[in-house]
Amino acid sequence: MSTRIPLPYTPKVLELFKNPKNVGSLSDASIVAKAGSPACGDMIRLYLKVSKKNNEDYIEKITFESYGCAANIAAASILTEMVKGKKMSEAWKITWKQIADELGGLPPIKFHCSILAVGALKRAIRAYYTKQGKHPPWLPKSLSLEEKQTMEEEELIEKLYSKYLKYNTKTG
Amino acid sequence: MSVKDLLKLHGKPIREVYFDHENSGWVPPEIVEAMLPYFNIKGYGHPSITHKPGWEAYEVVYETKELVAKTLNAENYEQIVFTHSGTEANNLAILGTVFANKHGKGKIVVSAIEHLSVIFPAEWTRKNLGFKVVRIPVDEEGFVDPDILAAYIDKDTILVSIQMVNHEIGTIQPIKELVKVVKDINPNTIFHTDAADAYGKIPIDVKEINVDLLTISSHKILGPKGVGALYVGPKVKLESIIHGQLSTEKLWPGVENVPAIAGFKKAVELTFTSFEKNISKIRKLRDKLLKGIINNIPDVLVNGPLGDKRSPDNVNTSFLYVEGEAVTVELSLRGMYVSSGSACTSRILEPSHVLLAIGRKHEEAHGSILFKITRYHTDEDIEYALEQLTEAIGRLREISALKPYK
Ligand SMILES: Cc1ncc(COP(=O)(O)O)c(C=O)c1O
Repeated sequence: MSTRIPLPYTPKVLELFKNPKNVGSLSDASIVAKAGSPACGDMIRLYLKVSKKNNEDYIEKITFESYGCAANIAAASILTEMVKGKKMSEAWKITWKQIADELGGLPPIKFHCSILAVGALKRAIRAYYTKQGKHPPWLPKSLSLEEKQTMEEEELIEKLYSKYLKYNTKTG
Repeated sequence: MSVKDLLKLHGKPIREVYFDHENSGWVPPEIVEAMLPYFNIKGYGHPSITHKPGWEAYEVVYETKELVAKTLNAENYEQIVFTHSGTEANNLAILGTVFANKHGKGKIVVSAIEHLSVIFPAEWTRKNLGFKVVRIPVDEEGFVDPDILAAYIDKDTILVSIQMVNHEIGTIQPIKELVKVVKDINPNTIFHTDAADAYGKIPIDVKEINVDLLTISSHKILGPKGVGALYVGPKVKLESIIHGQLSTEKLWPGVENVPAIAGFKKAVELTFTSFEKNISKIRKLRDKLLKGIINNIPDVLVNGPLGDKRSPDNVNTSFLYVEGEAVTVELSLRGMYVSSGSACTSRILEPSHVLLAIGRKHEEAHGSILFKITRYHTDEDIEYALEQLTEAIGRLREISALKPYK
């Protein structure tokens, strides 16, 4: 099998893996976004219901679906808890490091799980305003770290995958 | 991060069934018992020193070699070289052959689904010594095509290494036929077979199949970890690959792990007592598990061949729409221990090279789960496993972001 590295998950990761919060789809979602791909073995889809209060956009409801490892499920779960009820502008500020810390730490090779979760959230927020045809002043034009890294991971697996297909058709 | 806290939260499940004998496993009490005297009652000395505890140690090392030689139908005990693992035996086979080769250049042919303890040393000779290394493809069940193999054998081919049984998908390679193909073209080519997962599962006769080198490993037959052996046929010259004080082994310096060898001896004895009966029991349990999975759970792929072409102890299935590492954790919480060919534990995102080589897509390989059956498993174990597995896959599919379970 592939390279194996010991993965001492924190109790928090195991707890959320056992009992994830805010799982499933939202029928009244304002926006849906995903990060990762089946080929990566890691994919998170977020459903956000955005509502207005005092002229501010709030995340009224948020749910997730995850195809991925235990850390992936735990990261997505804790993210939904951390941003539920928050202003969109506040939610935007969340970082992958905060997610990892909130989980009591992640093994370094699992950092990409919290990057993917935050990447999905930032994509959702960006997509929401693109759909509205608005651009709030707090939303940077350039991609955040998590959006960039999520894209890189998706591109890397694309590349590996096409390389593998090429190799397989050449020798097989 | 403390593993202690993790284990505390995990707790001890009411019932535990262990299926991860591919990676390692528990050692039956009678085998542990056979090891214990060699720590402090007898044979605790160095097997090459002339005193009683030394001779006692030598005796068990010698007897184990005799026994292993007999089970392989080797000529004599001297053809069995002990190492401290199957990985070391494979390294000795590959690098020992290369170092003994006076030309210093040549070609090595391995199959695409070899254990990494074969692939990596072969690749090492390519990078560091300029050897040519060919990884020949396998079909969708993991079989090497004799015609493709033949196409890569020529006067420069010093070594071929093709395993007898694949460790992940259980393919039983027709080694006798493959050896003949190679030797017909170049009689001087050394043929090594990694039989770590074949030994104790299918009958092996080194004379009949005419291999030169053959690897076995103690913990793959329920013995303790840390003992491997290489059968070295009469025509083979090997160069030592590690150097130090010799003991009873010319090819593997350092003191033998005598207590573990004593345990290995017991494991061999138990494996080859009622061999046929045990294997037919294991095969029945294998088929019960495999059929149960296919009948109970939708969207499952079987990895590797079916029936007699598959190792009697191996079940490997891909559960679509879920990721394997999550399955191993979910099943662990339910007291069922398995492993996966998913990439999730490797940073490069690449799943098992074996599953990719048989044409599985990445997402199919990510959902693969491997079970190994032993003679200690029972019908109830399999029924429990099927029940837990059905629930576990169901729960993870419920969460899954992949269709059609969204
Ligand atoms: C086919 C095969 N070869 C070699 C080995 C390595 O043996 P060890 O674990 O004793 O180093 C294994 C172990 O998993 C194996 O399955």
